Amino acid sequence: MATSANPAFHRFAVFVAACTFLLLVAGALVTSNDAGLAVPDWPLSYGSVAPPMVGGILYEHGHRLVASFVGILTIFLAAWLWRHEPRRWVRRLGLVALGVVIAQGLLGALTVKFYLPISISVAHACLAQIFFGTVVSLALFTSRWWQSELPQAADTASPPVRLLAIGTAAAIFLQLVLGAAFRHKGFGILPHLAGAAVVTILVLWTAGAIRRRFPESAPLGRWRRLLHFLIGLQLLLGGAAWWSRVLAQEFPQPIPVTIWLTVAHTVVGALTLSAAVVTALVCVRLLSSSREAALTSQPQQATL
Amino acid sequence: MKVRYALYAVLIAALALGMMGCGKKETSENAPAAPAATAPGAQPVDLATAGSVEGTVKLEGSPPPGKKINMAAEPSCAAQHSTPATDQDVVVGAGGTLGNVIVYVKEGLGNRTFEAPKTPVALDQKGCMYIPHVVALQAGQPLEVRNDDKANHNIHPVPKFNREWNKSQPPGAPPIDETFAREEVAIPVKCNVHPWMKSYIAVLKSPYFQVTASNGSFSLKNLPPGTYTIEAWHERYGSTSQTVTIAPKESKTINFVFKAAAGD
Repeated sequence: MATSANPAFHRFAVFVAACTFLLLVAGALVTSNDAGLAVPDWPLSYGSVAPPMVGGILYEHGHRLVASFVGILTIFLAAWLWRHEPRRWVRRLGLVALGVVIAQGLLGALTVKFYLPISISVAHACLAQIFFGTVVSLALFTSRWWQSELPQAADTASPPVRLLAIGTAAAIFLQLVLGAAFRHKGFGILPHLAGAAVVTILVLWTAGAIRRRFPESAPLGRWRRLLHFLIGLQLLLGGAAWWSRVLAQEFPQPIPVTIWLTVAHTVVGALTLSAAVVTALVCVRLLSSSREAALTSQPQQATL
Repeated sequence: MKVRYALYAVLIAALALGMMGCGKKETSENAPAAPAATAPGAQPVDLATAGSVEGTVKLEGSPPPGKKINMAAEPSCAAQHSTPATDQDVVVGAGGTLGNVIVYVKEGLGNRTFEAPKTPVALDQKGCMYIPHVVALQAGQPLEVRNDDKANHNIHPVPKFNREWNKSQPPGAPPIDETFAREEVAIPVKCNVHPWMKSYIAVLKSPYFQVTASNGSFSLKNLPPGTYTIEAWHERYGSTSQTVTIAPKESKTINFVFKAAAGD
């Protein structure tokens, strides 16, 4: 692969991803403070672009402001990629990110107009995860590392690590759907708990397969360890968030410990998904099937 | 030319009919579930033979202590309370009498219908609290929501059987007038700007209801002779009911007792 990396592209994509993470925090704060309908009008807030930032208005209008900023950044990112990115699929992914952020804004409007119906609220929460994953992927694809020549290793064992990593990312996304449904009172806690068990098993399986089959690969080792760390942290945060929700029932309003634990659980969930997506992409980038390996006559376990 | 005018006339007539159709739909959604007093089945109450049901609602056991509300997010409201405000889930008077209980005739009125009063029922927002905490009105009766605070509020009832709405009310804004079409006991009301603000609106199809004050007493007057199911509803303790038969001009006394939850 010929290197055409533009460090400015990459830095900007990383900046957009960081701002999107802040947007996820802002969105999670809205739900945790039960402030989703604190501003009944849309797109203006109390007929203004600068309402008094008190109580629930602070969270809801603050979320709208951060979302608008991220929307503008995404327009610039997509336009920049469209004009200067040589790889067509990356240009198209930039347009996908733009489409997702527009759809996300419209879903946000629908949650206000239809008083937080469960289906739209869950869709809004899940599309946020998809958008974050897309922007993180763009940051990866625009990196010098991704665009440099990299040694390939054959992934001959069954199931292939690539398949495991993709399956883990998909399972984490489904788990986030279950979590969002629980958070927005669509489901009880049991499906989310079952999902946590499945995701934990898949993460351990994937990470174990990477460790055993490709112990020399620094990039794979790095993402494997991060995924391990995040799933452990997420399990702890999940338990703590549940405990705080039980505790909060005795208070007439959301309490800070519940707010911050549920926000942390939500955004670490997003980080876990993105780490799993990146792990899967790195696997796809560095590993090839036995058939592909035979075609390219690569050694079975190249040093990565 | 005449044909064109005829087409215009048909088009205008069709539009007018369409708009009337829309108007009719809107009216039927907003109108009370019960028909007007003059509809078939409406029987005027003979006050000469009417009786009443009176009584008291009490709480057995220790009431939970009021939970303090943190109004730091809205200093203008916090300043209106000399001591920290507490929630109003359980309001108990001397001797365990229980306030904020809706007592109403649940069954026994048959097909009688009652015209909704035109007088609005007020729901104030003062010191970032809903006052009163529990209100009751008839289906179709206007609800007037006022903002006496220097803070922005949003009023958001979350009904199961009525139309949901969510309206903002900045300081000094005119009152919001709304109605509820169907009987529902009781609709939770939230303010998402101030998550501690909670209220309940009970919508009844008859005028035979009362919300108890802290002395727990209620009186349902001018009931026609008959057998009735009287229900008492409380936001924390649920509902309980009794059956009572009223003879002509008879006044009966029934009492309700709720039991405090084990964790209270």
